[in-house]
Amino acid sequence: MSTVLQDSEIVDRPPPPARGWPRERIVGNALVAIWALFGLGLLLFLIKAWDPDLFAKYAPLYLRGIGVTLSLVALSIVIGAVLSIPIAFARMSSNSVLNAIAYAYVYFFRGTPLLAQTFLIYYGFGSFRPQLEAIGLWSFFREAWYCAILAFSLNTAAYQAEILRGAIQSVPKGQWESAASLGLSKFLTMRKIIMPQALIVALRPYGNEIILMIKGSAIVAIITVYDLMGETRRAYSRTFDFQTYIWAALIYLSMVETLRHGVEWIERRITRHLKR
Amino acid sequence: MESSIWTLLSWGPEGWSRSIASGVLVTVSLAAATLPLGLFIGFLVAVAKQSSEPTLRLAGNIYTTIFRGLPELLTLFLVYYGAQLGIQKIVQFLNPGTNIEINSFAAGMLALGVVFSSYASEVFLSAFRAIPLGQYEGGYSIGLSKRQTMRLVILPQLIRIALPGLSNLWLILLKDTALVSVIGLSDTLRQATIASRVTKESFLFFGVACLAYLVLAIVSSFGIKAIERSVGKMEAQR
Repeated sequence: MSTVLQDSEIVDRPPPPARGWPRERIVGNALVAIWALFGLGLLLFLIKAWDPDLFAKYAPLYLRGIGVTLSLVALSIVIGAVLSIPIAFARMSSNSVLNAIAYAYVYFFRGTPLLAQTFLIYYGFGSFRPQLEAIGLWSFFREAWYCAILAFSLNTAAYQAEILRGAIQSVPKGQWESAASLGLSKFLTMRKIIMPQALIVALRPYGNEIILMIKGSAIVAIITVYDLMGETRRAYSRTFDFQTYIWAALIYLSMVETLRHGVEWIERRITRHLKR
Repeated sequence: MESSIWTLLSWGPEGWSRSIASGVLVTVSLAAATLPLGLFIGFLVAVAKQSSEPTLRLAGNIYTTIFRGLPELLTLFLVYYGAQLGIQKIVQFLNPGTNIEINSFAAGMLALGVVFSSYASEVFLSAFRAIPLGQYEGGYSIGLSKRQTMRLVILPQLIRIALPGLSNLWLILLKDTALVSVIGLSDTLRQATIASRVTKESFLFFGVACLAYLVLAIVSSFGIKAIERSVGKMEAQR
């Protein structure tokens, strides 16, 4: 054996990984076993409770519910994104009146529950029925679907405005200054220099916001919109079969996980130039 | 008979302030009862997720994935109806003919607690990662046991790092309590719903409910600032 090898044996090594069955490993295996049993139990329950008639009757309804949920979320996110731009710029403006209004808007919609906001719009605007009828808006506020979209858009606009503001402000000021020194206009600087950098920062929060909206959209079931949750509640109230809720849980979980992994994939892809 | 807004909002027998105030009390006590439960479970899950044992990490990650992925409302229904069915089955097996109703406060507390804990575990986990390994090694080298190192060295730093994230979660928890009105707990939103059904003044009462939540958020943010200051002071004294 060479001396070099012997020298390296004197060097301190990190302690070897524990062998055998330390307490952590026992607990860990027990917990994983509990999860596995839980999953197996769920599977057995679903197999035992499998009912072709039930499936034939409710599967199309569930599919329609998924469609309603996804279109509600997509519409609200898009409308909210449009609304969030002026709010974010008002929040960043030096005009203190604009700033205060935008701050109050954001504080209100982030400080109160989405459910309460939805009730305020759907039930609350009902108290102004004569006035709304007079200006021809009653047909809008009568429909739970439109009210849900309005409430969700206003809510997500507040969150998205904060995401946008945080992302734009995360870009160093030197970027603005160097663009100005090159003679680029403010608008061009925003579009070509600031936004590409800001959107990388904003991607993950935006993904989280979409996930929060998918999860939050379940509450529209309470104001009688038949989204996935609404269909589930209807199916449960007709059959008293608990598997209706289990299916909904599985569907929501797979939607959220797909989205989360999608966002992670996009993030890995657009930050390739930042990795060494 | 039209009664004025101020009569409706008064404290007396004609007004609804008393019932809305009792709803706010339910909201606050539900959130306050959920907080320690969620913090405790969240801390344990975070410890599991940063352990060197892969099976523990897996178990913790499954927990977070499930409860962060489900809508809060669905979790609430799963706990409320699921636990009811489960307990009913067990009780009827032991003692046929009895009916059990699950307390909606307990169901709300459990459901919000697991949701809170899965988010809190992520906050704790990133706080754990912010503490250098040398802190553990320093603890061991002066002869502290694993548990003592955790309690005396790591935990004080962990709380300070995790505080902003946890205060965010507290504000989210306050808002999420509104969901329990759906399973019949008479919280702020439910009292406002009742008041608006009786008086037909929906906008007024839902507006009041929103303001109540807003006031709770403002009060909590003052409380959070005070806690942050005192934690900062403790840090400065060392």
